[in-house]
This record gives sequence, structure tokens and C-alpha cells, in this order.
Amino acid sequence: MGSIVRFENVGLRYGSDGGSDGETLSDLNFALAPGAFYFLTGASGAGKTSLLRLLYLAQRPTRGVIQLFDEDVVTVPRERLPGFRRRIGVVFQDFRLIPYLSVYDNVALPLRVAGVEERDLDAPVREMLAWVGLASRSDALPATLSGGEQQRVAIARAVIGRPEILVADEPTGNVDPEMAGRLLHLFDALNRLGTTIVVATHDIHLLSRVSNAQTLRLEAGRLSDPTGALRYPPRTGA
Amino acid sequence: MKRLLALFPSVRAADRRLLREGRLSGPMPWVLAIMLFLTTLAAAGGLALSQAAREIGGDLANRATVQIVQADAAARERQAAATLEVLRRDPAVTSADRVGAAEMATLLEPWLGAQGTDDLPLPVLIDVGLARADAVPALAAGLRTVAPDAGIDDHRAALAPVSRLIGTLRWLALAIVLLMVGATGFVVVLAAASALDTHRGTIDVLHLLGATDIQVARLFQRRIALDALFAGLIGLGAGVAVLALLGRQLAGLGSELVGSVSLPFWSGGVLVALPLATTLLAAATARWTVVRALGRLL
Repeated sequence: MGSIVRFENVGLRYGSDGGSDGETLSDLNFALAPGAFYFLTGASGAGKTSLLRLLYLAQRPTRGVIQLFDEDVVTVPRERLPGFRRRIGVVFQDFRLIPYLSVYDNVALPLRVAGVEERDLDAPVREMLAWVGLASRSDALPATLSGGEQQRVAIARAVIGRPEILVADEPTGNVDPEMAGRLLHLFDALNRLGTTIVVATHDIHLLSRVSNAQTLRLEAGRLSDPTGALRYPPRTGA
Repeated sequence: MKRLLALFPSVRAADRRLLREGRLSGPMPWVLAIMLFLTTLAAAGGLALSQAAREIGGDLANRATVQIVQADAAARERQAAATLEVLRRDPAVTSADRVGAAEMATLLEPWLGAQGTDDLPLPVLIDVGLARADAVPALAAGLRTVAPDAGIDDHRAALAPVSRLIGTLRWLALAIVLLMVGATGFVVVLAAASALDTHRGTIDVLHLLGATDIQVARLFQRRIALDALFAGLIGLGAGVAVLALLGRQLAGLGSELVGSVSLPFWSGGVLVALPLATTLLAAATARWTVVRALGRLL
């Protein structure tokens, strides 16, 4: 099976910041299989968020090639990027919910961006809210929700468009262990539906909680390969 | 037309909520309202001066006055009769009417009082209508032989300084309107940039969810266009109120020259078009500003 994401000799430099060679990310070479589940680990400052930003097209690399869905997104015209972004769901570390929109409107946002008619929008939004256990909070504003509830809204918003890749940056960083387990269960369920999942975390206890998950480890901007995900053809999820 | 309508996009209610804030919030609409008020006054001034220039150029410039100054009443009357005969035969003259004694008395009353002017050797005045404004020199030459004491006053020459002043003021009014249009554009650019800054977080999220630049620009474009429309209507309303007041005061002066300063009947259409034009300008400028700013993002 081919890869859904491929990085070749990718490097990223922010101004004059970076490691010893001046780059925040250096010589990244890896491929992600469609339908697989990946943890991206590493200490704080290792470059996990930077790698995810490249993955969800918030940033272009300084060098190298990034292929998404078999297309080189580094050289693709800017006007085509929204089409790629709609195929990627993102759960931001700080949630990035729009504070003056209700839970319902926040979750509906990707569908509205994609041009889905209002009459076709209610059912999937209600279904998604039920899936994350927030059906009764659809009219609430984000500020009135707990951290875990906000996180679930962010997840619902990330997956409502049925993305082919879901990228989550430290999704369990702000929740208690029980809620972390529930969130991972949601990701696992989504993965079983065929979505490729990439979860960045510095919590090594999470790694054993998802069967079949592979681990990519970043150290000072370089990728190591503790589960062999990079050396061998990537395995697909269950 | 399609491109014009695209400047004023329909955005569904749910998407409108993405840019919080109500109508006429922030300083931008009020600055636009003040600018529209001033633009309305400048445009109305320009239109009124154009109308005045037309009236002066048409009615007054095609008129002349023949004046026969002769102390001897018999000689004066003889020359007046000969002058009227020459004038009425001339194809360049459309009318030649002697100003009557009663009218003369009325004209002189402010200076000589109401006691009567029968004993005074008043000059004969003949009001002449001309088919062509440039016929005066030929008429003067023709009158010299039959009425040596006749002089002819060309109204056009007398009013030339007034015409020049009106022309200058008209250009000034146009320049003010154009400057206001330019300033409106700058205000909208600043307002759009400020709104982009205010909503940076929302825009980033929309961007990463796959919104196109045009989708995001539409939100700002509609918001700014509606603000500009409301502001324009307020500015126009205030401007029209001031013009109505000025019109009443001008009419009260009773001056023929000042009375020629009036708005042509079609000027209402021009003034109403100002807020609409401002709205379109604001929408186009907002779209351009937002698309340009988003173009700098990945």
C-alpha cells in the first residue's frame, strides 16, 4: 500500500532559531500509511508542533519535499492548498475554538467552509456532538465548558468533515487521565473507520494505550524510529 | 453587472456571526458618514455652480444694453428711435426693448428717491437680446453713425470675472469630491486591516479549516459594505438637511445673481448615488485589502 504522507529531506528553519545546525527540523524522511495510527513523541521543544504545522499546511518547509495524497504540497499553487486542508482535520493544542460561537456553530464550521447547505448540516453536527458526548451542550459557548469538553468540541470540529488525516497536538495535555483515555478512545474509533491519525504527545504512558499505534520520535529536530515505522513499509490500522 | 454584484456578496446568517460586532460599531462608519456629509456638500456645490455657470453663459451672456447719454432730450429721442430701428433690422438681434420711464424710475429709486425723475436728463436704456454673443462689436459699429452718443455694454464681458470664479469653484468642488473618494478608500483600507487584526484568530482557524481567501474576504467585504451604506445614508441625510437650509436662506436674499445658484432637477439622483458609489468603493477596497493580506499567509 502507498503512503498518504511522505517527507523527503525536509528541513525547517525559523529565522536564525534552531538546533546546532540552525534548523528546527532537519533531514526528515518518513512516510505514513493510510489508515495507520501514529504517536509523535519527543521532549518539549523537540519540534513536534513544527512537524505537525508542516503536516497540516500551516507552514512550508525551508527545504525538501512533502507529499500529501500523492501530490507535492511544497510546490503546489497556493490557491489549491484549501482543498488539501479540507482533507486534514486538526486538533490544536490550545483548541482554537471561536469564543463567540456556540458549540454547535464551532463544530459546524468545517462543513460551512466546505459549502454544505444548512439543511444538510444539522444531522451530522448533532451526530458528532452525540459522539463526543456533548449533545446537551450544543448552545453553550466555549468559555462555559470544562477543558475536557472544549477538547471534545475541538475533536468534533476536526473530524466532522471526515478527514483522511487527523492531526492532534498534545490533545491530552490539559485533561485528567480518565478524560485522556476517553479522548484516545475517540481517536482509536476514528482510526478504525479508516482515518490516519497522528497524535503528538510528550506523555509516554499514552503510547501503550492504542493497539497497533506506531511511534515517531523527534529529538532536537531529527526523527528517530523506535517502532521501525520508518524503516519498513508502514503498517495499516486495524 | 455580475462583477458588480460580486462586490456585495450574500453571506448566510451563520457565517455572518463569524465577525462579531453590530452595525455602525467602531470609528470607521462615523468617519465615513462625516466624509459623505462633506462630499454631499461639495458635490451639491459643484452641481449648483455648474447650473449657475450655464445660466450666466446662456441667459445673461446673450444680452447687451445700449445706453444713449445725451443732455438734449430731442437729440436723445431721435438717436433712440434710430437705434431701435437699426437694432430691430439686424438679424443678430432677437429683441430690442426700450426700458420704460416707470421701470427707470424704479431702478433709480434707491439713489434718487421716489420724488420722480421727470426733470432729469436720464439716459435712454435699450435692453437687447442677441442671437450670438459675439455680435456686440458689429452692432456698436453700426450704431456709431446713427447714434453717436450710444454706447453698448456687453453683459458677457461684464460677467467674465464672475464666470471665471464660478469655473474655479466648480473645479475645486470636483477636486474635493475626488479627494474624498480617495480618502474613503484609505479609510476602508485601514478599517479592513484593523478588522483583520481584530479577527486574526478566527481567520487563522478558517484558513486552516480550508477556507479560501475569497470566502474570508466575503465576510469582511459584506460587513464593510453594509457599514459604508449605513454611514453613507447618514452622511447624505445630514448633507441634504444642510442644503435645504442653505437653499431657504439663499432664496431669502432675493439677489438675481445669487438666485442663479440652484441645483438642477437631476442633481438629486447624483447625490443619492454618492452613498451607493461609496458602498461599492468600500466593498471593492475591502475585498482587495483582505485578499492581499491573506495572500501573504501560506
